[in-house]
Amino acid sequence: MDLTLLKQRGQNEWHIAPHGKMRVPGIIYATDSLIREMDEKVYEQVTNVATLPGIVQASYAMPDAHWGYGFPIGGVAAFDPDVGGVVSAGGVGFDISCGVRLLRTGLTAEDLQPVKALLAEALFHRIPAGVGRTGKVHLDRREMDAMLAGGAKWAVGKGYGTHEDLEFIEEHGCMAGAEPEHVSDHAKKRQQDEMGTLGSGNHYLEVQQVVTVFDEEASSVFGIREGDLVVSIHCGSRGLGHQIGTEFLKSMAVSASRHHIELPDRELACAPINSEVGQEYLGAMRAAINCALANRQIITHLVREVFADVLPDAVFSLLYDVSHNTCKVEEHDLDGTPTRLFVHRKGATRAFGPGHPDLPPSLRSVGQPVLIGGTMGTASYVLVGTKESMALAYGSACHGAGRSMSRHQALRQWRGRDVVKELDARGILIRSPSMRGVAEEAPGAYKDVSEVVDAADEARLARKVARLEPLVCVKG
Amino acid sequence: MHPSRSETGQASWEHFPHQADMGVRGIGPTKEAAFEHAALAMTAVITDPASVAPLQAVPIVCEAPDDELLLVDWLNALVYEMATRKMLFSCFAVRFNGHLLHATAWGEPVEVARHQPAVEVKGATYTELSVKQDRRSRWVAQCVVDV
Repeated sequence: MDLTLLKQRGQNEWHIAPHGKMRVPGIIYATDSLIREMDEKVYEQVTNVATLPGIVQASYAMPDAHWGYGFPIGGVAAFDPDVGGVVSAGGVGFDISCGVRLLRTGLTAEDLQPVKALLAEALFHRIPAGVGRTGKVHLDRREMDAMLAGGAKWAVGKGYGTHEDLEFIEEHGCMAGAEPEHVSDHAKKRQQDEMGTLGSGNHYLEVQQVVTVFDEEASSVFGIREGDLVVSIHCGSRGLGHQIGTEFLKSMAVSASRHHIELPDRELACAPINSEVGQEYLGAMRAAINCALANRQIITHLVREVFADVLPDAVFSLLYDVSHNTCKVEEHDLDGTPTRLFVHRKGATRAFGPGHPDLPPSLRSVGQPVLIGGTMGTASYVLVGTKESMALAYGSACHGAGRSMSRHQALRQWRGRDVVKELDARGILIRSPSMRGVAEEAPGAYKDVSEVVDAADEARLARKVARLEPLVCVKG
Repeated sequence: MHPSRSETGQASWEHFPHQADMGVRGIGPTKEAAFEHAALAMTAVITDPASVAPLQAVPIVCEAPDDELLLVDWLNALVYEMATRKMLFSCFAVRFNGHLLHATAWGEPVEVARHQPAVEVKGATYTELSVKQDRRSRWVAQCVVDV
């Protein structure tokens, strides 16, 4: 990115002064080297988001920001409905409520060693991953609507997991305001065989080891220590969310002129929050959030079943479940006034600081766990929300490493089998139905997740708690 | 090495880079050929189109107010058919009637071991979206697909 376009304010904060049709400034959080490597498109997209009606404070980008659709991936923006604020299907993205959940197992990495290959095979066999794989849960129309209204709470009611799990999921496992009647038949049909499936692309299930603890107080509250074995699940609302995104992107793009919205990029398709299409999208998008929460809950259940067979001493508990593609109604301080805002996080994780009333009582003293997915060959991180973060970007942080190389380039550079072999030699077992998929997801195709996390930590968006390294990875 | 561009007669398809996803581009002497080859480029994001036998025909109809939105609708209709029928497609016939698109896509059910599908396409996007004739009067239809 051309640094002459930016004004540096503090070590990791870069400002774009309002110009043209921008209503607010742009703010990018990144280290010097991350901002230099960042695509020019991020600048363009942060600037475009700042032109949307009703945006308040600033258009933000997190340290892992990269070229997205309308919004940058790693973009955060909030809109005030009382001043004509909008909701944007592009600002949430196709994979609505894609997210990460982290499970404690009560075991250590040492316990895994004798059965590592067996566990990898069992997980690969049991958790549907990749194109064309269907789940074992098939929903009829009535059950589909119940799932869309109930989320993980519905899944627990069906026997997938425990009531204790729900406390450690954003929205306590059930997004209020879901309206299954605004989810099309096409979206429901696309989902009918996909419950409990991982999907493909950058989605994964990993068995990981806690290798470093940076913050003893927070890690103690989160119940993790060095050497612990944990399980991480990264996936979203599957075909249902993709279809809702597709349909509303079009209806918002077509209706924009009717709402007197000038779109600098069609992908920024949006509608006033207080409009019919805006309200319908919110109802459908919230139903998709519930679909993602139910999906991760079912996969959690499958993981528990596999461990019960292979490592029966495992005692699972949910550390936390975060979603990183959402629009949620939150109250934030706006020039000293608590204001109800529609906060879009596109490839950005909610990172509420200590004391926030939405956090479960047992976590409230330290803040929200922030789960950052890395690559199958590097590391993932657990961070915690900070008090400062609430004022920096509505309590938001990065969500992953972010690609540094296109899939196209990755395919030219790596062969899937070589990647699997190389990682195997390092003690990381990869199981995937597609070697081409593995090549496209090669660790070298991503930015350095540690640098991204350090930037978030230094900018006080969230504080580092622990580093996790993969031992087994099931890729879609 | 998987193909990232291919030519058949006067028409061709190719991929163009996007940081997180893939761009698909169809080029042909007619708008119909460009749409057909953009669809082929999308299949190539998932698997080698040559590995997909055109055994089963699926009819597709879509409508949109302009050519660009119609391209996105066409690709999204294919994404929907792939997802719900668990199929891949390798042969396409498109014709236009104003803002209406009538098409047939031929393909077969996904066989994971044989097709080695790399990723599923979540949807076609408006990013880098364009349908136009280039300086050589060839039709070029393109957009980025989210994977």
